[in-house]
Amino acid sequence: MNKFWKSGDPFVWLTGVALMFSLLMIAGLLWLIMAKGLGFFWPTEVTEFELKNGTKVMGEITAHQEIRGISGKAEKEARYRTQLKIGNRDLYGLDFRWIDDDQIVSASEPKYAVVMERREWGNFYGFIKEISEGGNVLCQGNEECWSKLEQDIPVYAGIFKEIRKIEKGDIGGINREIESYRLKIKGVELKNGDQAQIKEYKAKIALEEEKYRQKEKELEVLYQEFTKEKVVMLSIDGREKEMALGNIVLAFRPNTMSWFQKAGLYLHRAWGFVSDEPREANTEGGVFPAIFGTIMMVLIMSIVVLPFGVLAALYLKEYAKQGTLVRIVRICVNNLAGVPSIVFGVFAVGFFIYGVGASIDSFFFSEALPNPTFGTGGILWASLTLALLTVPVVIVATEEGLAAVSQEIRHGSLALGATKFETTWKIVIPSAMPAILTGLILAIARATGEVAPLMITGVVKLAPQLPVDGYFPYVHLERKFMHLGFHIYDVGFQSPNVEAAKPMVFTTALLLILIVIVLNLTAIVVRNRLKKKYTTSAV
Amino acid sequence: MNISNAKQIRDKEMENKIETNISETTSTDEHSAAHTKFEVPDPIVEVNDLNLYYGSKQALKNIYMDIPKNKATAFIGPSGCGKSTLLRCFNRLNDLVDSAKVDGEILIDGDDIYDSSIDITQLRKRVGMVFQKSNPFPKSIYENVAYGARIAGENRKSVLDEVVEKSLKSAALWDEVSDRLDESALGMSGGQMQRLCIARAIAVEPDVLLMDEPCSALDPIATGKIEDLITQLKESYTIVIVTHNMQQASRVSDFTAFMYLGEIIEYDETETIFLNPSNKQTEDYVSGKFG
Repeated sequence: MNKFWKSGDPFVWLTGVALMFSLLMIAGLLWLIMAKGLGFFWPTEVTEFELKNGTKVMGEITAHQEIRGISGKAEKEARYRTQLKIGNRDLYGLDFRWIDDDQIVSASEPKYAVVMERREWGNFYGFIKEISEGGNVLCQGNEECWSKLEQDIPVYAGIFKEIRKIEKGDIGGINREIESYRLKIKGVELKNGDQAQIKEYKAKIALEEEKYRQKEKELEVLYQEFTKEKVVMLSIDGREKEMALGNIVLAFRPNTMSWFQKAGLYLHRAWGFVSDEPREANTEGGVFPAIFGTIMMVLIMSIVVLPFGVLAALYLKEYAKQGTLVRIVRICVNNLAGVPSIVFGVFAVGFFIYGVGASIDSFFFSEALPNPTFGTGGILWASLTLALLTVPVVIVATEEGLAAVSQEIRHGSLALGATKFETTWKIVIPSAMPAILTGLILAIARATGEVAPLMITGVVKLAPQLPVDGYFPYVHLERKFMHLGFHIYDVGFQSPNVEAAKPMVFTTALLLILIVIVLNLTAIVVRNRLKKKYTTSAV
Repeated sequence: MNISNAKQIRDKEMENKIETNISETTSTDEHSAAHTKFEVPDPIVEVNDLNLYYGSKQALKNIYMDIPKNKATAFIGPSGCGKSTLLRCFNRLNDLVDSAKVDGEILIDGDDIYDSSIDITQLRKRVGMVFQKSNPFPKSIYENVAYGARIAGENRKSVLDEVVEKSLKSAALWDEVSDRLDESALGMSGGQMQRLCIARAIAVEPDVLLMDEPCSALDPIATGKIEDLITQLKESYTIVIVTHNMQQASRVSDFTAFMYLGEIIEYDETETIFLNPSNKQTEDYVSGKFG
């Protein structure tokens, strides 16, 4: 028996089991997220149920479960219920409905059932009655109108894009100009009250306002165009609903689609998810601003944390006299890595936002006060908070990398007449570069997944503008931004329509994981290239 | 990489410890005989009354010696006798050890290298060094050789190309690597790496080339190549070599110093040291009776 233990076999099993459990947990997590997240875009068939009381309901089946009594135990004879996404929120008020299976008389999949994704009120499930323009009926019936619908929806999507462009781009630009002149006037008033200058600015504002009115007229025309055609839909219970064709994002008839058509639609919807802006309080539409915000924040953080951490580590390892003080500093740095992230967030609010940000405002943006510019949460402060949070990781990794650069190599450089600075810069840092990048990879992984400190330093539920746009100075570090991690929290737990948002939580989570992987892979590829460059290529 | 580094550092510490221990036990044993320097032709390095302490431990005692120009001079002696320490005094690499304190004078071409007016980086350009373990930089072969020139501020491609080719040819490495200058130096064999380090050292055209047991990690064939190289190089460089291998000392050097416990016991022409030593300890050591 003793020999058996000594042989080490049980220990090998133990290690194997430990690894297996870790892998299982990771695989389970990924499987859950992928299974729930990837199915989100697949067009599900629309089912029609005829109920015992004579009414009909129609929608996508989203769940099927056993009905449990109050005690929580299953009843003697198992009963089941089905959850149906019935949509038509403007008619029914609710998107979802539970139906007890014993109430169902028959189920069918009507051929002409149409699913419409709309810009407002969520999905509509029903049948087409007619399409009209200004009172003239253009077509009637499911078959005839369908081709018209398919033809027109892209046209309206184009008009919608144009409207958005004018609203966000042109009018946004005009507003920005007006605001900047208004601030200039205020600045002049604060300084010397030069009336001539104020007059000049006011004239410019008037000019911009004239432009604005023109744009408004353009918009009016576009809106008329946009709401020209109306489609009248019939819901399964026979109610009519008229809506503008422009309001429809996407229409499809899942019951008649082939597998390939569905796959095409799947890709289309998946692309829409990553490239569109959110609609309906984030429960519909895409998450593009959140993806953009997350990546930009991580990039700013990397740009800040890398030089900062590397310099600190260089001093600690290369220049500081190794003694008690340095040891204490090192312990402190390591402990910093274990401080709860929300503490960093609170610190950032106090120091960056109310301290540094408010000072920047009073020096450079005093004319905008009391409206804060930098004195409120923004992507810069959030990134700096994360940089602070991850700098210990970079310091520790860099120090390890520096320690691994052998004395011989340093001496070799010094013996050639290089100074310590030249040796550090040309030999030591390049040799330690793979380790430094490993530190950066860990920092990125931690920063991408962090949500708590962001909630108080600049992340918002819905940011009207991206932090980068076409207006000077192009990168607006003071803006608030959206973040995938916060988006998950917001959609999953703060949403008015939790049931509808559920699949989106998983999809967003999947996306966040993908982004972490992509960011890490990039860093890993760079590191491996450097490694190859600096170490043995031949065996 | 990590482990071997740590090991080397440990070894180095151990060596220092041994050195200091030895000197401690014998520190009372003052060497009081009058110092009559062994006369060498055309000395380039002159060492006068050199003492070196690691903290309170004396590692080198009353060293007097002259090293002849364009000859190979070997330091032999048992581990911890201070050979490497003495060698590292010539390019002031001992300055890197915080506790090391040097007194006495070392003149190279008449300049006292421990004078405060001396620019250490200039000194190290004049006194090149090849280490026990080959230490190519984690760069390409080309960049390794060009490093010294780049440090000196030379960035013209044509000049660097010339320096690299000339140095690699002098180090008898050109034929083997001329077609892969851009590859990592760490992909070379041990012997090649060591010759690369020699090429790197002579690329800055030093007056003196210090070699600290350059063959101790090499196989006999690679060792033979390096020894041939030393024989060639001593025509244009002054070479000081520390070695544990007495055959090597006898093969490559013109003069040999036998050191023991931080002192130079005997310093003479190599032939005399090996065939007709005047000191009993030297005789015992070279004949393998102790050491």
